[in-house]
Amino acid sequence: MIQLTNIHKTYQGAQPLHVLKGIDLHIGKGEFVAIMGASGSGKSTLLNILGILDDYDEGEYRLDGTLIRNLSETKAADYRNRMIGFIFQSFNLISFKDAMENVALPLFYQGINRRKRNQLAMEYLEKVGLTEWAHHMPNELSGGQKQRVAIARALITQPRIILADEPTGALDSKTSLEVMQLLKKLHEQGMTIIVVTHESGVAYQAEKIVHIKDGQIENVELNDGSKKSPFGVNGVMK
Amino acid sequence: MKLLDSDLWEEIFDSLRKNRTRTFLTAFGIFWGVFMLILLMGGGKGLETMLGENFAGAASNSGFMISNTTSEPYKGFRSGRIWHLELDDVARIRNCVPEISVVTPTIQKWGARALANDKSCGVSLTGQYADYSMVDNPKIKHGRALTDADGIQHRKVCVIGKRIAEELFPNLENPCGEFLRIDSINYCIIGVSGKGSGGINIGGNPQTTVYLPYETMRQMYNRGNEVDILALVAKDEYPMSEVQYKVEALLKRVHMIHPKDTQALIKVNTEAIFSMIDSLFTGVSILVWMIGLGTLLAGAIGVSNIMVVTVKERTTEIGIRRAIGATPRDILTMVMSESIVLTLIAGMSGISLAVFILQMVENATHAEFPTAQYQISFGVAIGASLLLTVLGVLAGLAPAIRAMKIKPVDAMREE
Repeated sequence: MIQLTNIHKTYQGAQPLHVLKGIDLHIGKGEFVAIMGASGSGKSTLLNILGILDDYDEGEYRLDGTLIRNLSETKAADYRNRMIGFIFQSFNLISFKDAMENVALPLFYQGINRRKRNQLAMEYLEKVGLTEWAHHMPNELSGGQKQRVAIARALITQPRIILADEPTGALDSKTSLEVMQLLKKLHEQGMTIIVVTHESGVAYQAEKIVHIKDGQIENVELNDGSKKSPFGVNGVMK
Repeated sequence: MKLLDSDLWEEIFDSLRKNRTRTFLTAFGIFWGVFMLILLMGGGKGLETMLGENFAGAASNSGFMISNTTSEPYKGFRSGRIWHLELDDVARIRNCVPEISVVTPTIQKWGARALANDKSCGVSLTGQYADYSMVDNPKIKHGRALTDADGIQHRKVCVIGKRIAEELFPNLENPCGEFLRIDSINYCIIGVSGKGSGGINIGGNPQTTVYLPYETMRQMYNRGNEVDILALVAKDEYPMSEVQYKVEALLKRVHMIHPKDTQALIKVNTEAIFSMIDSLFTGVSILVWMIGLGTLLAGAIGVSNIMVVTVKERTTEIGIRRAIGATPRDILTMVMSESIVLTLIAGMSGISLAVFILQMVENATHAEFPTAQYQISFGVAIGASLLLTVLGVLAGLAPAIRAMKIKPVDAMREE
């Protein structure tokens, strides 16, 4: 599903910053992968490239067979809309739209009519168990609920991959667990999921953990289940 | 075509409705600009038509001559000599100045009291010939105007100003046939003048003037050959300001007045007054446009400014929209349409309120000035709306371009 070959990325500035120094990574269809690394390791940059939010300087990125390179803004927006579902740490819901409208928003940019959009949004809200909260504004929802709305929004376009950037970063341990279980359920239904995190408790919910250090892949660890506990390797998840 | 998609409009109204304070503040600048522009335009026009009504009936090419004490010694006469225009001057002007179409004398008396039944009222008296109506139409409301026969037969009749009719005969709609007494002489009222107090008044406020036949007044007040005011109308092709010099030269020669004496003969010239008023209104309307457009422009710049701030404030929102698939074009359309819709709604309310107020003013002044027109025309309203659309586009342009440059990554940086 995802094929990265020798990806390099340098941020130009007063002092050029070489963030990614040759990333080779293959993620197959239906895999649940965690990308782990300390802050500054380049994991967010990698996620931005995976999400077609940022361009890379060297190498090749294929998403489901499509070469992603030097795309026009319009094309990139279209790919993001149809192929990728985003889940952010800070939820990134639009504050003046209610849960249903937030979920329906990606379909607005596909030109789908309002009735169809809202009907689909309600279906996806049901999947994340928020039917009753459909007409609440984001500030009336708890963190866990907001993240579940965001997940519904990510799913509504039936994307090829789900990209989650620290999905539990702003949640307490109980809701973190709920969100991770939701992601795992999606994985069981065959969704390709990539989670970027620095929390081992979150990372070890995945099948495969990619450790990134200083812009390079340190090692790829297959999760054999030995560390698969909500408390992670280094103690409590939170 | 996405522009015609009702969803887009829903989306626009949604974000305008859900950010009320911002929307209101943005809209107010435009609202006020348009409101002021339309109001000023209507007000200027109203004033113009109102004054126009005042001057209606006055010949626009007329002039008046009034004698005064001399200020230069001449041909053996000392300065400070008192002299009078005389009836013979009428014939002299008629014979010697062919450019003049009407020349008619009047005599005046100020500060008389008119009595009728138990009421009294301060009036001024004017004795005129029938042809004075060619200089200034008395706008007869009831009855008839004075005729030459009234003078020839020395009839004791009068036409009265409308205020006199109201004060002396408050219960009578039409006082014609009633009598009033001035200086112990009874006059029969034959007509009421409808003239208002505005416009050009030579010899007193027409509302409180009693008009008598020249010959009658001349005899009653023993005026002999003396004339107080000579009224002139020039033929259309000759401007009064030029013709008046010829008349002045003639009168000065006849009455032995120094040709350079500027005090001895007072000249009033409606042509000059009318052209002055004309240029005054040109000035007023230029000023109105400048102020109105300035205010409107300030409003548009305000909208643009607030939209720029708004775009900054909405960086995250726009970033999110971009991340989940909005193209830069979508964002451009969004910001531009919000700006245009906002400008139009605010502008339309401005136009509506201004039109409403103008209509009220028009209704309020209708009684006194039936032809005064404050209301703006439909064309002006359409023009204003088009102007607003253009302003909306211009105001939205800068913020929209700024919004387009927001990268979706920005949404995630805000944490």
